[in-house]
Amino acid sequence: MAGKMINLILKVWRQKGPTDTGSFAEYKANNVSTDASFLEMLDVVNEELVTKGDEPIAFDHDCREGICGACGFVIDGEAHGPLKSTTVCQLHMRNFKDGEVLTIEPFRSKAFPVIKDLMVNRSALDRIITAGGYISTNTGNAVDANANLVPKADADEAMSSATCIQCGACVAACKNASAALFTSAKISHLSLLPQGQVERKDRALRMVAAMDAEGFGSCTTTGACEAACPKDISLVNISRMNREFLVANVTKQPKHQDGGAG
Amino acid sequence: MSKLDSKIPSGSIESKWQNHKFSSKLVNPANKRKHSVIVVGTGLAGASAAASLGELGYKVKAFCVHESPRRAHSVAAQGGINAAKNYQNDGDSVYRLFYDTIKGGDFRAREANVFRLAEVSANIIDQMVAQGVPFAREYGGTLANRSFGGAQVSRTFYARGQTGQQLLLGAYSGMMRQVDLGNVELRTRREMLDLVVVDGKARGVTVRNLVSGEIESYEADAVVLATGGYSNVFFLSTNAMACAVTAAWKAHKRGAYFANPCYTQIHPTCIPVHGENQSKLTLMSESLRNDGRVWVPKVQGDKRHPNEIPESERDYYLERVYPSFGNLAPRDVASRQAKYRCDEGRGVSETGRAVYLDFADSIKRLGQDKISERYGNLFQMYDKITGDDPYKMPMMIYPAPHYTMGGLWVDYNLESTIPGLFVAGEANFSDHGANRLGASALMQGLADGYFVLPSTIGNYLGGTKLEKISTTHDAFKFSADEAKSEISKLMGIKGNRTVDSFHKELGNIMWEYCGMGRNKEGLKKALELIPKVREEFWNNVRIPGDANYINTELEKAGRVADFLELGELMCQDALEREESCGGHFREEHQTADGEALRDDKNFCHVAAWEWAGTNKKQSLHKEELTFENVHLATRSYK
Ligand SMILES: Cc1cc2nc3c(=O)[nH]c(=O)nc-3n(C[C@H](O)[C@H](O)[C@H](O)COP(=O)(O)OP(=O)(O)OC[C@H]3O[C@@H](n4cnc5c(N)ncnc54)[C@H](O)[C@@H]3O)c2cc1C
Ligand code: FES
Repeated sequence: MAGKMINLILKVWRQKGPTDTGSFAEYKANNVSTDASFLEMLDVVNEELVTKGDEPIAFDHDCREGICGACGFVIDGEAHGPLKSTTVCQLHMRNFKDGEVLTIEPFRSKAFPVIKDLMVNRSALDRIITAGGYISTNTGNAVDANANLVPKADADEAMSSATCIQCGACVAACKNASAALFTSAKISHLSLLPQGQVERKDRALRMVAAMDAEGFGSCTTTGACEAACPKDISLVNISRMNREFLVANVTKQPKHQDGGAG
Repeated sequence: MSKLDSKIPSGSIESKWQNHKFSSKLVNPANKRKHSVIVVGTGLAGASAAASLGELGYKVKAFCVHESPRRAHSVAAQGGINAAKNYQNDGDSVYRLFYDTIKGGDFRAREANVFRLAEVSANIIDQMVAQGVPFAREYGGTLANRSFGGAQVSRTFYARGQTGQQLLLGAYSGMMRQVDLGNVELRTRREMLDLVVVDGKARGVTVRNLVSGEIESYEADAVVLATGGYSNVFFLSTNAMACAVTAAWKAHKRGAYFANPCYTQIHPTCIPVHGENQSKLTLMSESLRNDGRVWVPKVQGDKRHPNEIPESERDYYLERVYPSFGNLAPRDVASRQAKYRCDEGRGVSETGRAVYLDFADSIKRLGQDKISERYGNLFQMYDKITGDDPYKMPMMIYPAPHYTMGGLWVDYNLESTIPGLFVAGEANFSDHGANRLGASALMQGLADGYFVLPSTIGNYLGGTKLEKISTTHDAFKFSADEAKSEISKLMGIKGNRTVDSFHKELGNIMWEYCGMGRNKEGLKKALELIPKVREEFWNNVRIPGDANYINTELEKAGRVADFLELGELMCQDALEREESCGGHFREEHQTADGEALRDDKNFCHVAAWEWAGTNKKQSLHKEELTFENVHLATRSYK
C-alpha cells in the first residue's frame, strides 16, 4: 500500500446557491497521499479553507464505499472522474499524477438544480420511484419466500439492474440529460421477477411519464450513461424499458375505480 | 415504581409475543386516520416502520438527514441477514437462533425480546422477497444461504455483497408507495435537534432544514426514533460520515435513559488505517470468513511477502485456538485475537497492525469464478482502496469500530422511558446484549419496523389519552429557541480549530482507552481528558459561513458536541462495569487464556443512565436480567 505524496492544482466550481451564477476558484492541494481517496483529498483542502476562515467546498457524500450514491461530481469532464466503474469516493489518488491540474464541477442538468458548489438536488429521481417503482404488498401479506421459485439467471439479472445507486452520473454524462438508464434499471429489476408481474404495465407507463414530467431529456442511446455508470448498469435495461413501455401502451386498459357492488 | 419496567409479558417464552399481541389494544381503522406518528430516520428500521404504519392508515411524518432515504447507512451492509428458516435442513430453528443470539451477546440481552426477534425473522424474508429483493438463489430457484460467525448452521440470506442495499431498497420502495398514496409525508435533509415532550409524553420534534437552515417544529401522537448507531464517536469507524448520536442524545437529555453505552462492537475484518488524513475505515464483510483463513507469521517481525511464507511457518490462530468455530468465531473474540497477535509483534503490514485473510485455499478448491461470484464486489473494493489484488495475495485486515449494541433503553414494546417515544434499529439497546452476531442487525431493524412497532404503537395509541396539540404550544417554541441558541452559540465561538480536529482528538481518546481493551486506569484518564476537550471545543471551534443556509461544518459541529458528551458516558459505563462481557473487555477481568470473564453475580443487568444536567454525573438505574430458558454459562467457541 506504500503511498507517496503528490501535489495538484484544483479548479473548483463555487456557487453559493441556486440563484448565484457561480464561477471557478483555484486551490492548491499539496502533499496528498496517493493512498487517500479523492474525497479525502478534498477534506484536506477544506480543512485548510476552514482554518483560514473560508467556507469549505460543499459536496454530498456519506458511505465513502461506493454504495449510498450520495457522492458524485464531474472531474475533467467525466462524471465520477477517470476510473471506470468507480464513484468519486472510491477513486484513489494513486490514479493521478504529481502536478496535474483538475477541473471539478457539479453534475449539470435542468432536473438537478445546484444547492451549493458541487452539491445538487437529485430528488427528481426519488419522485420517479414514487411513481410506481415498487411492488404493492402490505406487511404481513407475504407467502413463504420459497413458495415462488425464481430461476437463478432471472434473479441474477434482476440483481444486476437493482445495483443502481441513484447517483445521477448517467444524467450528468448524457448530452440530453436523460434519466433513461436510471428509470430503466428499476423497471427491469421489477419486471424480471415473478413478484413484479402484476403491476408491470402500469409501472412502466407511470415511471416513464414521471421521468418526462421531471424535465429529463430524451434518450438517443449514445451509451454515454453506461460508460459513466459506477455500477456498470447496462444499456440493455433501456431496450427492455422501451419494450415494456411499448407493450404496456399498446395493451393499455381503462382504469377501474376501487369500490364495487357492496 | 422504578422507571425500568421491562413489561415482559407473562407466559412461556414461545407464547409471550402471541399473547401480547392478542391482549394489546387496537385502534379501529377510522380512528387510525386521526392519529399521526413521527418517524425520525428512514434506514431499514425507520423505512419499514413508516411503510407499515402508513399501510395501517396512520398519518406518518418521516424525516431523514440524507438527500434521499435510500442513502441511509443501512445501504452499506454487505454480508447478509439471518432468519430461522431452516431451508438448509441443517438443524436450525427459532429456538436455535434465539439461543445463538443470547450466547453471542454473552448473556447480557433480554430473553423475551430476543425470542421475539428469532420468531419474526422468517416473516422478514417472506416480506422482503414479496417486495422484490433479488436475494441470491440456487439453480433450482430456491433461496441460497451462507454462514456467519457465532453459528454452526447456514441461515444467512444475501444479495451478492450488497444485502443492505437491496433490503433498504425494498423498505424504501414500500415507504415511497405510501408517499405515493399520501399516507407518509417525507421530509429529507432534515436533522432532528430536539424531542418535544408535553405533559410527560413525546409529542413532536424540532428539526433543522439542512438546506434553508430554518428550525421547524412538527407534532404527532407518538414519535419513533430509528436514527442508527454511534460508532462515529471513535471518528474512524466503518460507519458512514453522517452517522451520529444527536437524535438519541437529545432525547436522552429530555429524559430517555441511555442503556449500556459501553457495549460497542469492534469488527475484526476491516481495511487497516493508512494515514493521518483517513476519513473512515472500510469493512470487509464477515461473510469472507466463510472462505478466507486468518493467519499471521509464526515468528515475530517476519517481513517476507505472504506468498513466500510456507505453510509450516504460518499460524492460523483462529483455527488453532477455536477448533470448533475456527475462522467463524464471533466478532469480539476474533478481534481480540487479532489484537493479541499484533501485540505479540506478529502483526503484518508496514505498521504491524494487521493480519492476513487468505483465500488461496478456497480459490484452489472452488476456482476463482466461484469466489468472484460470492465476493466479487468486495474484492474489487479492496483492490480499489489498497491497490492490491486479493485474488493474488492475502488481504490485510485489522479490527475497527463498527456497531453499537448500546442505545436508548426500551421496554418489550420498544418504548423508552419517555411515554410515546419508541426506538428502533441500532438506536435502541434491545437485542444484542454485549456483542451482536453478524447478519443480525438488518434482521433486528426490520423486525422492529415491520412487525413490532405497528403492534406496540397501536397498543399505545389505543390505550392513552392524548390531548390535541399544535406546534403553537409553548413546549415547541421553547424547544425551537433552545436549538437556535445552541446554533448561535456554536457560530459565535469563531475559534481557531476545525470541527474535525476535535472529533479526531476525541476519537483517539476513545480508541485508546475505551476500545478493544479497557482498564480502570485508562478509563479514569479518559474521564479527565474528555471534559477538557469538550471545554476547548466550546471555546475554540471555528465554523465559517452562516447558519441560515446549508452549512456542513455547522452540521458536523452539532454532532461532535453530542459525541463529546456521549464519550464521557461510555467511559463512565465501562468503568462501572467491573467485568468483561462480549465487546466490553476489561483487562483486569480475563481468564488465564485471555477470554472475557463475566461476573454474573454482580453485573447480570442492563445499565441505564439518566441525564442529570450538563457536566453532572449521570445516575445509574439497573434492569436485572433473568435467564429462564437459556442457562447462564461461560461462552465457549473452542
Ligand atoms: C459497513 C457495514 C456493513 C454492515 N453489514 C451488515 C450485515 O451484513 N448484516 C447486518 O445484519 N448488519 C450489518 N451492518 C449493521 C447494519 O447495517 C446497521 O446496524 C443497520 O443497518 C442500522 O439500521 P438503522 O435503520 O437502525 O439505522 P440507519 O440505517 O443508520 O439509518 C439511520 C437513519 O436515521 C437518519 N438520522 C440519523 N440522525 C438523524 C437526525 N438527527 N435527524 C433526522 N434523521 C436522522 C438517517 O438519515 C437515516 O435515515 C453493517 C454495518 C456497516 C457499517
Ligand atoms: S459516498 Fe456513498 S457512494 Fe460515494
